[in-house]
Amino acid sequence: MRWTGFWIGAALFLVLAYASTFMVTNTFFFFVGYVMLQFVVLATAWNILGGYAGYVNFGTSAFFGVGVYTAVALFKAFALPLPLQILAAAVVGTALGVATGMMTLRLRGIFYSIATVALVIILETFVVNWKFVGGAAGIQIVRPSLPSFFPTYEGMLFVVAAVLVVIAVAVARYVEGSWIGRGLRAIRDDELAAECSGVPTLRLKLIACGISGALMCAIGAPNPMYQQFAIPGAAFELPYSVSPLAMALIGGTAHWIGPVLGALLLSATQQYLSVTISSELSLLALGVMLVLFVIAAPEGLVGLLRKVGLFKTGTVRPSNEKGKGT
Amino acid sequence: MSAPLLKVENVSKRFGGFTALDSVHVSINPGERFGLIGPNGSGKTTLINCISGSLRNDTGSIVFGGEEIGKLPAYVRLRRGIARSFQIPRPFRSMTVLENLLIPIDFGGHGQSSRQAMDEVGVILEKMGLASKADVMSSQLSQVELRKMELARAMAARPKLLISDEAMAGLSSSEIDEVLALLFKLNGEGITIIMIEHIMHAVMRFSQRLVCLEAGRIICEGTPQEVVGNARVQEAYLGA
Repeated sequence: MRWTGFWIGAALFLVLAYASTFMVTNTFFFFVGYVMLQFVVLATAWNILGGYAGYVNFGTSAFFGVGVYTAVALFKAFALPLPLQILAAAVVGTALGVATGMMTLRLRGIFYSIATVALVIILETFVVNWKFVGGAAGIQIVRPSLPSFFPTYEGMLFVVAAVLVVIAVAVARYVEGSWIGRGLRAIRDDELAAECSGVPTLRLKLIACGISGALMCAIGAPNPMYQQFAIPGAAFELPYSVSPLAMALIGGTAHWIGPVLGALLLSATQQYLSVTISSELSLLALGVMLVLFVIAAPEGLVGLLRKVGLFKTGTVRPSNEKGKGT
Repeated sequence: MSAPLLKVENVSKRFGGFTALDSVHVSINPGERFGLIGPNGSGKTTLINCISGSLRNDTGSIVFGGEEIGKLPAYVRLRRGIARSFQIPRPFRSMTVLENLLIPIDFGGHGQSSRQAMDEVGVILEKMGLASKADVMSSQLSQVELRKMELARAMAARPKLLISDEAMAGLSSSEIDEVLALLFKLNGEGITIIMIEHIMHAVMRFSQRLVCLEAGRIICEGTPQEVVGNARVQEAYLGA
């Protein structure tokens, strides 16, 4: 029943997103909408490792940037269509996630987080020196012709982001309720006890890294088409690392809806402040909100809603899935 | 005499220049109640960390049920039948007692259906006297309840060998009796038990055989009476 409800909601969301491309004429709506949806995907992806397993990744922008440049490279080399660019970025993201995980996940706690910061610097330096994709000066992207069933390019990219949101949230929701999610939760609570209770900790963390990396890279892929250019400084910029983390924490990390709510709330506030006052102030708002939530609602919006009885979660029951973690 | 369930041979473990275990030999028979004593820092926990897989031994072999397990990760050893409790309880704090027990059931590799798993948890919680606490968050348990939950969680993995690492530390004498009775009950069901304990009257009552470690070496092995009567053991404990 819960799944049916979820999918009806997802289908409605997609239909509305598609319908809006015909009904809304103001392109700014899609500009704001795209950014918001992009952060929903990033925060949801971050939460799979950071929230469920408690491994704080400061390298979201590394994955996002790699997604951007996978798309740029494939578009320039083979003129691949956007869906294939996204798919390829997801594959690269999985590989990057697993590879980074294998190198760093034996590090626990803060050491893992520091390693992820290094990843951003390494990959950005690599791209800056990669002439084929424009190097430090960046690259201009000439958009290919628009598919006939979309009225505008902005509208199409908005729908693409909406599809990626549905995929990301569905994956996070599956992970959360499955044996993977229960294992990750045990790891977050006490990794040693988890390992001694039969949880294959390294394997589960690698799975989480792979899924999280795939989603982060996938949402990076449409970005050059959206911006019509790509530049390393923007693709790997710090807010892509900090915002998803703040959004997940503000929304609440224990439930998949947390990062979604956090991303919508924060990115909407940021967009509003950027337009009405200044973009610097929007960063300040993010910082202030993070501090407020950490102090007043450490379990985020989800925790707050749960406290006032507006949000309920069922108790965990054992899974019937076979071959779990074996 | 049947083949030993666990055979630790020539196991050493060093941390930098410090030798925590020095050529330790231990052999434990199926169904045995085995006690491990020694002063603080003598290597008891290091030894069981090596047996359960939390640490890897530098030299020697650890054979469990006829299979060399020294290179296997801890989660695989649990699936082979080695479960442990921790000296300082390590509950999954964001979970209820019931959810804590479901982790080893979910990941223990026994492939129960969800209904069987729930039944099994029910039986274990009943046996451990925790039935009324099933839906309580583990972070809200008292010290004795936490100790019992640690044992219950270890039991949920259906172990052949249960290692109880100071399960009675910090408990009152009536609580010690309670935990001791539980361990006797589990042993009565055929589970081999290694008990590490500082509470001498408990370990004396419980163990059929006792080993005393000092500075990473076994200094005495025998019946509880023989070990506590041994001059070297008394010297190690009292510094006499």
